[in-house]
Amino acid sequence: MATEHAGGHSPMAQFEIHPLINIKIGDVDISYTNSALFMTFAVALTALLFWGATRHRTMVPGRLQSTAEILYEFVAGMVKENTGTAGMKYFPFVFSIFLFILFGNFLGLMPYAFTFTSHIIVTAALAVFIFLGVTIIGFARHGLHFFSLFVPPGAPLGIAIVLAPLELFSYLIRPVSMSLRLFANMLAGHVLLKVLAGFIISLGVIFGIVPFAAVFAVTLLEIMVAAIQAYVFALLTCIYLNDAIHLH
Amino acid sequence: MPQFDPSSFASQVFWLAVMFVALYWIVSKIAIPRIGEVLEQRARVIQDDLDRATQLKAETDAAIAAYEKAMADARGQAYEHMKVMQADMKAVADKKTAEVTEQMTKQISEAEARITAAKQAALDSIKGVAADTARNVVSKLAGLSPDAGSVDAAVSTALKEAR
Repeated sequence: MATEHAGGHSPMAQFEIHPLINIKIGDVDISYTNSALFMTFAVALTALLFWGATRHRTMVPGRLQSTAEILYEFVAGMVKENTGTAGMKYFPFVFSIFLFILFGNFLGLMPYAFTFTSHIIVTAALAVFIFLGVTIIGFARHGLHFFSLFVPPGAPLGIAIVLAPLELFSYLIRPVSMSLRLFANMLAGHVLLKVLAGFIISLGVIFGIVPFAAVFAVTLLEIMVAAIQAYVFALLTCIYLNDAIHLH
Repeated sequence: MPQFDPSSFASQVFWLAVMFVALYWIVSKIAIPRIGEVLEQRARVIQDDLDRATQLKAETDAAIAAYEKAMADARGQAYEHMKVMQADMKAVADKKTAEVTEQMTKQISEAEARITAAKQAALDSIKGVAADTARNVVSKLAGLSPDAGSVDAAVSTALKEAR
């Protein structure tokens, strides 16, 4: 799988995929890899967080319960605000997306960790799934009337004819922008960290302090980006859901 | 770039699906019901407390209103009572004053009558004494013994003149 070994210190080495357990179904290689391992960690961390948070459910929450409640209310508020009460039945899905990407991003920031959200195939799979799901929900709720989504409300016929293809294009491009945004953010952040960290070694103890400070600052930035990108992904899911449920 | 190596795509998508389904199951079947239950319960308790507080406040307000009404009633009653008492007392006092005034007037008129009578008696006795004295003086100085009628007439005239 990892064909292009460019040495352990290449900024790209951190994105290499290594099989841990070789599994093959027919001709298809579905080996359990380091990527799958970190997905497992993300799921395990979520399970652990909510198990710990809801073990002793108390009226006045403790630290862990508070964390879980804040996450819950944050995402629930976001879904409700953007899709209304009708969208609340998709809250478990949006919450799952948010937690999966959030923990994937955070876990990826640990030293020696693998960031599964830095792979375009993962972000694209999520984005395409959301795109297809939203489109199916839209047609299921509104039938052919769903096409009115591509006609801007209140526009005269002449302008609508010009705008409809543009609207359709912007609709179809959604999974691309959605997946590229997350992938590029994660990729760039991790490459930057790796390159800066490489400078620490090559500049030595005295001058290495400068890239070290930069790595420190960029790490803080990346923690922020990790949370923001998870938020953006979940928020876009909500906005697309809203289009499918309420059209405009 | 390892990201564009298609040989790993099947495995990544497969495990993504497996893990995401697992996560979705955990979130929708365990996390959300439990957290939702806690939040709902808390909201219910807070609402109950607020309701009870509102109810207690209404009760307190009612009690205060009742107290104030009782207070106002008592004050009104006391005022009425006082007015009646005052009127009664004034009537009694007026009656007493009238009685006393009447009695005093009577006593004063009686006393005046008595004084007039006594004065008359004194004047009468003065007349007798004056007549006797005049007769004695006349008999001692002139050796005459005038008759009682002329002496009395003379004294009466003199007394009238002196008055």
